[in-house]
Order: sequence, then C-alpha cells, then structure tokens
Amino acid sequence: MTGLLVAAPTVRRARARMWTAVRRSPKAAVGLAIFGVFCVLAAVPQLFTSVRDPLACCAFDPRLPPSTDHLLGTTQLGQDIWAQLVYGTRQSLVIALVAGLFATVLSVLIGVSAAYLGGVADDILTMITNIFLILPTFPLIIIFATYAGSRSLVVVVVVLVVTGWSYGANQLRAQALSLRNREFLESARVRGERRSYIIVFEVLPTMTSLIVANFLGAALYSVLTAAGLQFLGLGDPESDSWGTMLYWAQNQQALQTGLPLWSIAPGVCVGLLGASFALLNYAFDEIGNPALRPVRRRRRAVGP
Amino acid sequence: MRYLLRRLGFFVLTLWAALTLNFFIPRFMPGSPLQALRDRTHNKLSPQALQEMLTSFGYKPNENLFIQYVEYLRDMLTGHWGVSIGTNLGEPVSTIVGQALPWTLGLVGLTTVFAFLLGSLVGTIAAWRRGGVVDSVLPSVFVVTSALPYFWVGLLLILVFSVWTNGAVPADFNYDIGLQPSLSPVFVGNVLSHAVLPAATILITAIGGWILTMRNNMITTLAEDYVRMGRAKGLSNRTIMMNYAARNAFLPNLSGFAMSLGFVIAGAILVEYVFNYQGLGYLLYNSVQNTDYPLMQVLFMLFTVAVLVAVFTCDIVIAWLDPRARAKE
Repeated sequence: MTGLLVAAPTVRRARARMWTAVRRSPKAAVGLAIFGVFCVLAAVPQLFTSVRDPLACCAFDPRLPPSTDHLLGTTQLGQDIWAQLVYGTRQSLVIALVAGLFATVLSVLIGVSAAYLGGVADDILTMITNIFLILPTFPLIIIFATYAGSRSLVVVVVVLVVTGWSYGANQLRAQALSLRNREFLESARVRGERRSYIIVFEVLPTMTSLIVANFLGAALYSVLTAAGLQFLGLGDPESDSWGTMLYWAQNQQALQTGLPLWSIAPGVCVGLLGASFALLNYAFDEIGNPALRPVRRRRRAVGP
Repeated sequence: MRYLLRRLGFFVLTLWAALTLNFFIPRFMPGSPLQALRDRTHNKLSPQALQEMLTSFGYKPNENLFIQYVEYLRDMLTGHWGVSIGTNLGEPVSTIVGQALPWTLGLVGLTTVFAFLLGSLVGTIAAWRRGGVVDSVLPSVFVVTSALPYFWVGLLLILVFSVWTNGAVPADFNYDIGLQPSLSPVFVGNVLSHAVLPAATILITAIGGWILTMRNNMITTLAEDYVRMGRAKGLSNRTIMMNYAARNAFLPNLSGFAMSLGFVIAGAILVEYVFNYQGLGYLLYNSVQNTDYPLMQVLFMLFTVAVLVAVFTCDIVIAWLDPRARAKE
C-alpha cells in the first residue's frame, strides 16, 4: 500500500516541476512557439492566403517575383508559392505527428513488454529491435514505397512507423528494466494487481518524460524522412506538402532557372518544424539531466 | 573474444533478415518486372519474348518459392548477382556496382568518419570550457543544423556557391565530362573540386549530432571522481581532458556512431541524388526509377553489409578501448 501512496504524489510533483522547467527554458519556449505557429497554419490555412486552390496550374502568371499579391512569387507553373507553403503545412504536420505517435506507441509496447516479460520473450523482442535498429532503413523505405505502387499518405506513414520505432524501443526497454525491481512495483505485485494494470498505471506514468522525448525524436525522424521521400517523388505528387513542393521545384530546375524561393521556402519550413521538435527534445534532456543546463558566465572562474 | 563472436552471430542473423525481407517484399507486392519491362519496351516485344528475356536474366516466377529463395540466398552470397534489367539492359550488376562503389566509399565514407572525429573533438573542447563562448552558442546552433534535411542543405550550397557564382564550384557529376580518368594532378584536382559541395553538405548536417552527444557525455564524465583525482595528482589539463575524460566519454559516442550509420546512408543517397554524383545511392535511385530488380536487390544487400561491417569495426574498437566490454561474460 505504502508504495502506491508514496508513488502517486511524487509523480504529480515531478510533473509540476517539469512544467515549470519547460516554461523557464528558452529552448523549449522557442520550440513550442514554432510548433504553435505551424499548428495554426495547418488548422486554418485559409486565413493566411486568399488563394483557395494552391495546386491549380496556371492560376497566375508564371515566374512572378515576390510582391504584396504573391509574398514569395509564383512558380514555373503559375502557382502561388506562399499559398502552397501555407496549405502544405497540414500534410507535413499530420505525417510528423501521426507517424511519430504510432512509432512511439509501438516502441512502448515492444520495449516495455520486453523488459517486463523477461526471459525468452525479452530475448526475441530485443533481437528484433536490434535488427531493425541496424538495418539501413532508408533504402528499404525507397524499395518498399516503389513496390507499394500507390503513392498515398497511408503508405508513407506506415513506412515511417515500421522503420522508426526501434530506437525508442531500445531506450524504453533499458529504463523499464531499471524500474523492474523498484519497491512500488513490488508492492503492487504483492497486492495482487494484474500485470496489465501494473504496466499501464504504475510503470508507464514514471516513464512519461522518456516517452515524450521518444515521441519528439520519432516526429523529427518522420519530418525529415517524409520530406526526403517526397523529394525523390515517392510521395503523392498531386498532393500539397513541403516535400512535394521540393520535388516539383527540383523537377522544374527551380535553382538553375532563377526561382530559388520555390525550393528554399519549403526547406526552411521542414527545417523549422524539425528544429522545433529537436529544441523541445533537447530542452527535455536538460530538464531530466540538470548537469547539461547552460552555465551562467560568472561561474566560469570556478569551473574546470 | 566471446563477445565479438556473439556480435558476429548477431550480424549474420541481421544479414539473413535483410536478405529475406529483400526477397519477399517484391514478391508480395503489386507490380512485376514483366510489367515494368513491357512498359519500358513500349509493348513492342511479344509477351513470350519478354518472358524469355527475363528467364535468361534469372527470373523464374513459376518455380517453387522455397527453391527460388534458397537459390536467391546462394546467388547473393556467392556474388552471382545477375544482369541489370534497367537502363543498362544486360550489363552484369557486379560491373555496374564496381564502377560506383569507390566513389561512394571515398565521398561518403571518408566524410562521415571525418565528421565524426571532428565532432567528437569539438564536443570535447566545448564541454571542457564549460560556460565559454563556444559552449553557450553551440548547443542551440547544432540542435538546429541537425534538424535540417540533408538534401536541402545541398540545394542551398548549390545555390550559393554554384548558381550565384556562375559555376565557380561544380555542382554535379564526379568529374568534368570529357576528362579521362587517370592519376594526373589535373584529374585529381577536378575530382576534388566536384566533391567539395557534397562533402560539405554531409559534414554540415552530420557533425551537429556528434558534437552534442560528445559534449553531453563529457559533462557527465567530468563530474566523476577519477577526474577529480587526476586534478589532485596535479596532472596537466591536457592529460586529464584527453586521457581521463574524453577517452571514457568517447565510448558511448562510438556506439552511437555505429547506430546512426543507417541514417547517414539515407542522407548519402539524397546527397548523391541532388549532386548527380554517380555513386551507389544515385544508382539505387535510378534502379528504383527503372524497376531494375536485380540491381536494387544487390544494392540493398551492399548497404546492409556496409553498415554491418562498420558496426563490427566499431565493436572491435570498443572492445579494444574498453576492458569492461572485453570482460563481459
């Protein structure tokens, strides 16, 4: 009993401390701000541009320079670049979040059950995780996406989940192993709780910060990999996303023909979204490991 | 030694898993080489002629799947890789791969190792001068650069250094077309100038992660008692930094390096594609575009083997540097 009574308030206090730390870290604040802006763009793109069908060919004159009408100019095919960018946010963000979420769920399932079950089950799950960790997944993704034929969003997400879970599973297994013999779990076992109850209500809450960090890592991986796949033309070329914009820009030789914004703008967005996940992740690292936090300059004299 | 043998066993298993995936994915997915070849020849050949052509190239759809699988495994491992059915119709896969391999090894291999070593060194120094200018700016900058897509950094470099300067630095191919490959200074210089931008791309995007992990490992190690003891003994800063702290902090970084190689290959494929650099990654992209199954299979196997060999090398280095790994079991 005492285990439960002691565990619950510490978890809550740890969470409260985490939020204060997130609010105080400039890295986390910047990351959250970028992420928030993209969420708004993805939710209501029509507020930010008057164009309604950004993919329609020849809606405007081709190759217009940036102006107040077309903030980033128009493409070779007479499409408004700013409008494509705004509308493309949704698909890129959805891919990142959905693929990141499913990959995290998969890594929690596999990592935690491997650690908790132990024995042969652990050996087999760990081996599968290690194989996936080491396989060069990107060539596999390219081959898979080619054979799958239909270049739909679902294929891209499935591919990202299948290849993106192993890193997290490895880390989560290690942490779950270290938790296994803690007293509060022992007491839950003595109380006669079911295994599923112990895993969901006792083990997982204590692992929240690592799970969040893994989600951010998986989301970052998905943003970058999805952009790479779409850039190679392995996404749906008729849909609007940053990666697809890059594909068409490359296809139409945007850099060489004097339309650099066509390829720079979507790349900046991919980088910004990726950076927001990476900054949040790094901030979490600093919160979890106080030694990594930035040192104030005046302490330098005392330092090593 | 037992540790290394166990790792070797694991690698054989991984290679088998990769080869098996490679065999079954094409066979359980829609689309077939026959269809691909028919599209490429624009229906000019009769189905029988196409079928015969594929059979002579080692394509046997009617045979028992298990026998095909065993034969496939044997052929892959013994180097009987068949012939390409892509743009170089009929050319042996081993020849095509042989021409591209040195370029990728030279560009991607050297750059990656260099980025890793340089990153570790910069990370070591940053952590040693905790709170200095480098250390306070560095983490944020590299968190951002490591989140940039490889290929886009390549595009940016092409724009700035090639397009805006009217081609001062070449932005595609391995060397100027028309030059005869030789060991003359002109040719070597030309090859190097063509490698500058792709190498810079890989360096810029890859180095950030290694600087950060090395810095974070170093900070943890610097708090250890043996570092304090080194100081108490009055050892020079350099000895403490390199032999006491960095040597220990380097070990987790090295296993991290081994684990991230798959990601490096992904970046390399895109970089080669962006720069039209005729290496293995470029070849893979082309073979995918042309549904050149034999070439694709071999390339995927080679990428897997490359990663496994690199990881195994890292394991040996770790076992050599770290007595604890040697003593395990």
